[in-house]
Amino acid sequence: MTGQTDRLQAELDRPTSWPDRPARRGAPRKTVASWLFLLLGVVYFALPLVGTLIFSLRAKPMLSAWTDMLNDPQVWSTLGYSFVIGLITIIVSIVLLVPTAFWVRLRLPRLRPIVEFVTLLPFVVPPIVLVFGLITTFSRPPLPLTGTNLGSDVLLVCAYVILSLPYMYRAVDAGLRTIDIRTLTEACQSLGAGWFTILWRVILPNLRVSILSGAFLTLAIVVGEFTIANFLARPMFATYLQLIYGNLAYQPAAVALISFGITWGAMGVIALIGRGSQDKSEIGGAH
Amino acid sequence: MRWSLLGVVPFFAFATMFLVIPTSYLVVGSFRDRAGNFTVQNYLNLSRPLTANAYMTSIEISLVTAILGGILGFLLAYAVIEGGLPTPFRTGIMTFSGVASNFAGVPLALAFVFTIGRTGFITVFLNTVLGVDVYGSGFTIYSKLGLEIVYLYFQLPLMVLIIAPAIDGLKKEWREASENAGASTFQYWRLIALPILMPSLLGSMILLFGNAFGAQATAFALTGGFINLVTILIGGQLSGDVLGDQNLGYALAMGMVAIMAVTILAYSWLARRAERWQR
Amino acid sequence: MSYLTLTGVKKQFPGGFVAVADFNLAMEKGEFVSFLGPSGCGKTTTLRMIAGFDQPTTGRVLIDGTDITDRPPNRRNVGMVFQAYALFPNMTVAANIGFGLKVRGADKASIARRTTELLELIGLPGKGNRYPWQMSGGQQQRVALARALAFEPQVLLLDEPLSALDAKIRVSLRAEIRAIQRKLGITTVYVTHDQEEALSLSDRIVVMSEGRIEQIGTPFEIYNFPRTPFVARFVGTLNVLSARVIDATTGRLDVGGQEMRATGAVGAAAGSAVSLALRPEILAMGDGEPDHVRLRGTVDEVTFLGAVVRIRVRLPGDAGVASVDTFNNPHLAVPARDSAVTFSFPAEACLVLDGAGRDAVVAAATAI
Repeated sequence: MTGQTDRLQAELDRPTSWPDRPARRGAPRKTVASWLFLLLGVVYFALPLVGTLIFSLRAKPMLSAWTDMLNDPQVWSTLGYSFVIGLITIIVSIVLLVPTAFWVRLRLPRLRPIVEFVTLLPFVVPPIVLVFGLITTFSRPPLPLTGTNLGSDVLLVCAYVILSLPYMYRAVDAGLRTIDIRTLTEACQSLGAGWFTILWRVILPNLRVSILSGAFLTLAIVVGEFTIANFLARPMFATYLQLIYGNLAYQPAAVALISFGITWGAMGVIALIGRGSQDKSEIGGAH
Repeated sequence: MRWSLLGVVPFFAFATMFLVIPTSYLVVGSFRDRAGNFTVQNYLNLSRPLTANAYMTSIEISLVTAILGGILGFLLAYAVIEGGLPTPFRTGIMTFSGVASNFAGVPLALAFVFTIGRTGFITVFLNTVLGVDVYGSGFTIYSKLGLEIVYLYFQLPLMVLIIAPAIDGLKKEWREASENAGASTFQYWRLIALPILMPSLLGSMILLFGNAFGAQATAFALTGGFINLVTILIGGQLSGDVLGDQNLGYALAMGMVAIMAVTILAYSWLARRAERWQR
Repeated sequence: MSYLTLTGVKKQFPGGFVAVADFNLAMEKGEFVSFLGPSGCGKTTTLRMIAGFDQPTTGRVLIDGTDITDRPPNRRNVGMVFQAYALFPNMTVAANIGFGLKVRGADKASIARRTTELLELIGLPGKGNRYPWQMSGGQQQRVALARALAFEPQVLLLDEPLSALDAKIRVSLRAEIRAIQRKLGITTVYVTHDQEEALSLSDRIVVMSEGRIEQIGTPFEIYNFPRTPFVARFVGTLNVLSARVIDATTGRLDVGGQEMRATGAVGAAAGSAVSLALRPEILAMGDGEPDHVRLRGTVDEVTFLGAVVRIRVRLPGDAGVASVDTFNNPHLAVPARDSAVTFSFPAEACLVLDGAGRDAVVAAATAI
């Protein structure tokens, strides 16, 4: 035993005969390629925006395109209109989806595949087909909604609820997954609460983060959406853009950048809210 | 009858009223002729030059932008996630992709017109500084190629967003295990990484295909109906009367739905296969 | 002649954090050495430096005399088994095992032969066509082992291979791993935080803490003659009692009002507080051998654990509580609570640590 220990000690005490060279450190080849792709990507993305900016400044005097647009009442009215429609869409979505998702999780787990299938259907029916179907259906009795402004607005909101269904439902469902709704509900019931109280005071507050990210996504979709707004003939932002595109030279450039900036703002908020969440898939919208 | 089923009635009622019924109107209408009798003639008429051409063009443009956007998007996503670049670039590209994938219609079309249109600043730059007359040699943004370039602006970012989780899912240990066993970087990609990523790559490109196929606003804004796409035709049907035949329009729409359904099914199947790797 | 040698290996990350400091080890061919320590002690970082996934800031790694420090990980001849198995999900078990041979350009026939051989060795004959996700955790880890061994590496590295598995499988699988290692005679480094694994499997153990080697020795040496308080506390369980030094040169100590002697001089001033560290199995109820230390106390609690009866004895003053484990014997009376008892132990099996029980060993137990 001692012999072993001695030999070990000797081994450890032996001075190192190799010089202390710093370890090899090569630049990984892949980083150079990565920078290249990043650069190409950034250039491709930036050029059109730069082009728009340059064009918008070509008006004489230079900033007149911007001032014209910022002073144009219709830019703000249509933007506001889109925002309001967006807001109503969000509220209707929440009222429709949160209780449904909650109920399915709590009481009807076997219906979940069917409900999820329904939430995937909007992908199968593109906006152009959807609006085609909606107009066909609701331009005749018993519900000739397309005949009136209010009716068209109703139709618009409902169309957007359908369009944002996949994203909203997924957001709400993901949020529900993280809270133990069964135990929470039982606790509420044992304390005497009814369904409305449970949903309003307990479930909804816990879903704040998921709902917010779904909401901003819906907002971005509604503000940018053209097809349905156009064919339902409502004064939305995207349709106004189309209008001035045909009539004015430099101003559309300014508005286009405003539109981009708004979308970026909404996305930025989503990123801030949803930071840490892993579910970043598929947030491409209508075109 | 279980009373708890009442809880999901609003949801299904809404979906029925505003999705199922409108779609079924189109379905029924597509099987009717102008007099209201049952017929499949509308579907047969889809093979007429105008409509057949529309499908071909739509499919072609969607395919090209899906594959190109898929490959380029994958390379960009890989570069910022696994490529050894600082983390802020990843966040930047991801957020920007979220914006760009939603950026379409008139603003997008305009932006490209200002850049590579006839008097766009890049066109002018190439002409004056580099002496390259792009339009002189036949290129125009108001073409299939031009549309494809524009579509790429939202296809590429969409790919980046969808493929990012799959790239994240490439476990670092697989790379290390393959190095440990003696494989080179090329062998790692050929034998391990690409096979593992293939279902996600294919699935994402299929989704990109569907995305481009269903796009309308951008094409309309850029070409004003000049290029014959299925979505443009349907739009024309709604606003004016390009086809002169409403029922044909329904069949057209149904053809689109069929293609989209196949797309979504293929995507779901591939997504489930990709999940298997992560177990 | 040493087969696997690490000299002066140090790993410092940018920002200053030193993960491994001055690591020196010489391993014989065919030896099974464990790196044992808590999370963050640097054992996995050292292993990864042998594998080539991390580069040492300074120091060299040699295998069979050849300096491999500058070689990339895919040019070293070491086989690594990862904690999370890391089997390639797109390949069958057979393809996984044969991967190392395939990238070395071996022909299909010899790959097939070797794969069959290894499947036999790990106890999964005929399962070559399965996919990893069709197998249990234990089976996957065995396949990972086969994959690492297939190309006959010079050294086998295992990074906490059993920590992702249930307790029962852990025990049986670790015995299998050792049996395979013995059969093949392959030099092996095994990283673990589980001391039972390290003690039961290794020829030698390297105990690490905060990037430094605390002690290198056989399991017997590490357990019975710990050289530092960290090793004493980390390996096995300890009873710790408070004592006061009466006379430093003779090693007289006051434990709970009773006097005892350490085996030699105590490196602490008279009157200062020290701690006594005692393994539970060296304590015995009763007077024991004539030269044993005897201490008196009152019974706090008697716990019947089946084969073992644990008697907790409280010493007077604030000396502390000692747990005496005795084998269950139906014919012996078990002391009642609050009764006065005596327990004993040999002085040389007791470790005297400084007052806080942390910083220094002031009187070591002697080697036999």
